[in-house]
Amino acid sequence: MTIVSYIFLIIGGLFFLLGGLGVLRMPDTFNRIQAGTKATTLGAFSIMIGVAFGAAAVGEWTWIPKLLIIIVFIVISNPVGSSAIAKATYQSKNIPDNLVQDDLKDRGESK
Amino acid sequence: MKYVTTFIALLLVYLLLAGFTVDEVILGSIVSVVLTLILVKRLNFKVDWKFPIKLLKFLFVYIPVFIWKLILANLDVARRVLSPKIPLNPGIVKVKTNLKGDLGKLTLANSITLTPGTLSIDVEEDTIYVHAIDVKGKTESENQANISGPFEKILGGIFE
Repeated sequence: MTIVSYIFLIIGGLFFLLGGLGVLRMPDTFNRIQAGTKATTLGAFSIMIGVAFGAAAVGEWTWIPKLLIIIVFIVISNPVGSSAIAKATYQSKNIPDNLVQDDLKDRGESK
Repeated sequence: MKYVTTFIALLLVYLLLAGFTVDEVILGSIVSVVLTLILVKRLNFKVDWKFPIKLLKFLFVYIPVFIWKLILANLDVARRVLSPKIPLNPGIVKVKTNLKGDLGKLTLANSITLTPGTLSIDVEEDTIYVHAIDVKGKTESENQANISGPFEKILGGIFE
């Protein structure tokens, strides 16, 4: 049980590392958000599962439902937050010039 | 019916966080009743006899697909980040959706964000604007099939 917990914790840490690396290496805001969101969601997911196994290994069963709820809230709020940042980026005219297609431009200035 | 569902959901969250003891059940019930009375007018959802089936579908069809896609998305990010020259072909594309409810659209947009290479930017009426890291399709319908196709089908059965 403890070993499984360590494996999940290491996988989670690895995804966080990759996410950080992605934020550093990607060339523009949208791609940075993409790397950041995905990696942190699965990283947090994996770390929570690791903590759940670790808690179960020492008999702390009441931790598991709390960790499940934390996972649910992270999975709901993380993409919403990144969408909000992306929308704000677009509206502040901070648009990268490497887009091959931009359908938002055709929408007009209604909103 | 709506009151009962809201109450059960609130009580469940409370008990999962606080633990199953008699004291917590009593206090949680009181808090949940008060919150239900405050919240129920602002909530916009319908509960009918199909609700349990939909919930089971959500748990056992949507969630496994979602987790699988999330893992794929992370491997995709890892591949892009670790390659010496990052392969990019980014663009913002329109995706039409047939889902009507707000909750359905929210779930679809969240799913799109967490699938490989896509990030939903804005939802407007029945259109989701998606930033794709690698635009593959030439036409709108091709993009739609690539980006939202698999989720649209599953969520269509759950949220209408």
